[in-house]
Amino acid sequence: MNLDSKIPSGPIEDKWTRHQFESKLVNPANRRKFEVIVVGTGLAGASASAALAELGYRVKTLCTHDSPRRAHSIAAQGGINASKNYQNDGDSVYRLFYDTIKGGDFRAREANVHRLAENSVKIIDHCAALGVPFAREYGGTLANRSFGGAQVSRTFYARGQTGQQLLLGAYSSMMRQVDAGRVNLLPRREMLELVVIDGKARGVIARNIETGEFETHVADAVVLCTGGYGNVFYLSTNAKNCNVTAAWRCYVKGAGFGNPCFTQIHPTCIPQSGDHQSKLTLMSESLRNDGRVWVPKARGDKRPPHQIPLEERDYYLERIYPSFGNLAPRDIASRAAKLQCDDGRGVGETGLAVYLDFADAIKRDSASTIAQRYGNLFQMYDKITGEDPYKTPMRIYPAVHYTMGGLWVDYNLMSTIPGLHVLGEANFSDHGANRLGASALMQGLSDGYFIIPTTIGNYFGSTSLPKVDSSHDAFKQALDDAKSRTQKMLAVKGSQTVDDIHRRIGKIMWDNCGMARNEDSLTRALAEIPKVRESFWSDVRVPGEGVALNQELEKAGRVADFIDLAELMCRDALERKESCGGHFRTEYQTEDNEALRDDANFCHAAVWEFAGTGKAVRNTEPLAFENVKLATRSYK
Amino acid sequence: MTASNATATGHKKNSRFKLHLKIWRQKGKNEAGGLVDYDVNDVNPDMSFLEMIDVLNQDLIKKGEEPVAFDHDCREGICGSCAMVINGNAHGPDTGTTTCQLHMRRFNDGETVVVEPFRAKAFPVLKDLVVDRSAFDRITAAGGYVSVNTGSAPDANAIPISKTIADVAMDAAACIGCGACVAACRNGSAMLFVSAKVSQLSLLPQGKAEREERVSRMVWQMDEEDFGSCTNMGSCAGACPKEISLEHIARLNREYLRATVLKKDRQASDSGNG
Repeated sequence: MNLDSKIPSGPIEDKWTRHQFESKLVNPANRRKFEVIVVGTGLAGASASAALAELGYRVKTLCTHDSPRRAHSIAAQGGINASKNYQNDGDSVYRLFYDTIKGGDFRAREANVHRLAENSVKIIDHCAALGVPFAREYGGTLANRSFGGAQVSRTFYARGQTGQQLLLGAYSSMMRQVDAGRVNLLPRREMLELVVIDGKARGVIARNIETGEFETHVADAVVLCTGGYGNVFYLSTNAKNCNVTAAWRCYVKGAGFGNPCFTQIHPTCIPQSGDHQSKLTLMSESLRNDGRVWVPKARGDKRPPHQIPLEERDYYLERIYPSFGNLAPRDIASRAAKLQCDDGRGVGETGLAVYLDFADAIKRDSASTIAQRYGNLFQMYDKITGEDPYKTPMRIYPAVHYTMGGLWVDYNLMSTIPGLHVLGEANFSDHGANRLGASALMQGLSDGYFIIPTTIGNYFGSTSLPKVDSSHDAFKQALDDAKSRTQKMLAVKGSQTVDDIHRRIGKIMWDNCGMARNEDSLTRALAEIPKVRESFWSDVRVPGEGVALNQELEKAGRVADFIDLAELMCRDALERKESCGGHFRTEYQTEDNEALRDDANFCHAAVWEFAGTGKAVRNTEPLAFENVKLATRSYK
Repeated sequence: MTASNATATGHKKNSRFKLHLKIWRQKGKNEAGGLVDYDVNDVNPDMSFLEMIDVLNQDLIKKGEEPVAFDHDCREGICGSCAMVINGNAHGPDTGTTTCQLHMRRFNDGETVVVEPFRAKAFPVLKDLVVDRSAFDRITAAGGYVSVNTGSAPDANAIPISKTIADVAMDAAACIGCGACVAACRNGSAMLFVSAKVSQLSLLPQGKAEREERVSRMVWQMDEEDFGSCTNMGSCAGACPKEISLEHIARLNREYLRATVLKKDRQASDSGNG
């Protein structure tokens, strides 16, 4: 597998500028000759569709939702980072770059992360120009808040709905191009196969979710913006329809899969309330600006929170990480919560929760000020739990939230299959082993608005792409594959529902490949997963028919791919014999329970190559740290 | 401030209760549909309404029947996918709440609950509770944007916007495009939806350059899509899960009138000059 990262030479701050200059261009009149398929309409997909169409490329955009505005970026709450230094608190492109590399526990590419930090500034400008109603100060300038893993205030926000507002901005730009006839928008389509001709990505097979009919779509390049795979755990903060299928089909067709085991467990989610639970709900990290995390000092203390006096509480994040306090990065805050609960100090009925308490902030700033900052989040918490966070502390517990791993891409955001570009959460590129808060929105928009418009031109300008159409054998083959897979699932007519099997694989993953992993648990999971696969293909029950709207059939296809992905994640976690960021191997930890990296042997991205169902080959891309010195991450 | 209208009906924690459902079932777009009776015997008060439907669906699949189709995704009240009329109310009995955020503690043991799709001429039913809301996308495509190309923006702080204006714009921008306003309106009007976008962009300086064109085109597109007229009943705002205010409809009307007057002025001066 060729893993040439194509990082430009020269000093880090010049690499992107130089690369933009050295990239091949397509002249404006020729751009309309190229057709690009964009799959997905979250921040990455909507912004890429808009930006490519603005340049004059013909764009065809597919999304599974009934409207592109509903992609899961919409649910991001807290904010988006940008090194504007509007607060005069010492921020800079270099500091955002540094924080992100360190936050990712030194497992991301320096060059990509620096480019991300550079672009962050332009993102805010562009989004403001699009009419995104960012929070403002009374003087009319933009407001900022703080997020985990940073000591500066660089997070821009729109109440607790930043993802929604940024997505609606990108969606509106894309709809403007739909109106101009440059984007052909196809909602309720699910990509089920990638078509590769002469080694290059030349189209996709999609299923029309509304009618159940299969479609072939031919193009000169494919841009995959299909998000993360956290739903492999069944319970996660992802939307119910988030899935790995499009990315997994590309992996099966030869695209390398980078660091599949790097999963982010978010520290502040509403705890599970019962077996009926269908998903978990995040409470934005921004709440940790004002909320204080604590547990009772005594094990098994079942008193209601207000009866526990101050001296009997342990504000453990403030105690262990005095310089970052409640704003310690996500992996660290999550693990700390788990340690408290495992140690018997958890609160609530199940003991699997810690308090996030706003009493001090309300006393200091008044309830109405707190309501202005987090009103919608408090309301959401109240609706879900039936408890009022203005009066009683929130109960929170970590939950699967984001996947840093994804399809491997080079500096041009191109996968190991030429012509297949991967943007946003679907790629593996910028967050290393742990993503900092408010960086996902930044990456999605950086990839879509500012990177792909340059790099796709470079691809078209340097590649010969003979004309193909859907009568090509590769299209027929891919279409047959997609159809027969669907038929096979419908034909099993077994006894277990798709959800039964999804819950089972999810539990195996959470118990064995979740917040903590070790050789025993991973080996156990690797023995269990093939049995789940076997029971899926021999005993799943998918009701209804294929050529119709059939939501169980959609779910079945996704769960089948999750099972195979689960196996790859466990294998990756087993092979990475170190702890870093969200990947915590219990065998590799310091005396005070912090992650213990092994830079001598694992300072690389692990990139997996498909070698048949249940089989994969591990390749590596070494990571060089020329600017930020490899060091033990400390937030104390 | 707490906005807690999820009034407890006295269910005990971890208790279970029974519900009788009447759900709209319809096989396909051009087929007749009807209400079908179902019993769910194992409702947990902490479940969301959609989780209760999940339980029913699992049961139906195990019995060899087809589950109830319904749109849903984030289940956090922000994506705007879920769309059920519950006992005659779009998104159910609570104000400011999407179907996915409605919890079963709101219902009583033994209660009969009628579940139907969002109904409007412009929202044809595709299957069971799934409707086609693509008309909203076409309205947005007609002008719900600021025409600025990527890469050409000035520094974000170059244009100060007063906090008051930014806050009202944000109130309008909170619309999730679910269509409850249309479902709640006796005329099937989309005025609240259209007004939210028009209001947001006409308030902000960035959106002012094309405000006349925007409002005219969006209103024309709304009429094209078979939405009904607005008669100021206000049911839309009552059903809106994001509590978008009627003041935005007032602003839309002003913007539309303004655009029309300006257009007439321009035509007059054009013909005068010609």
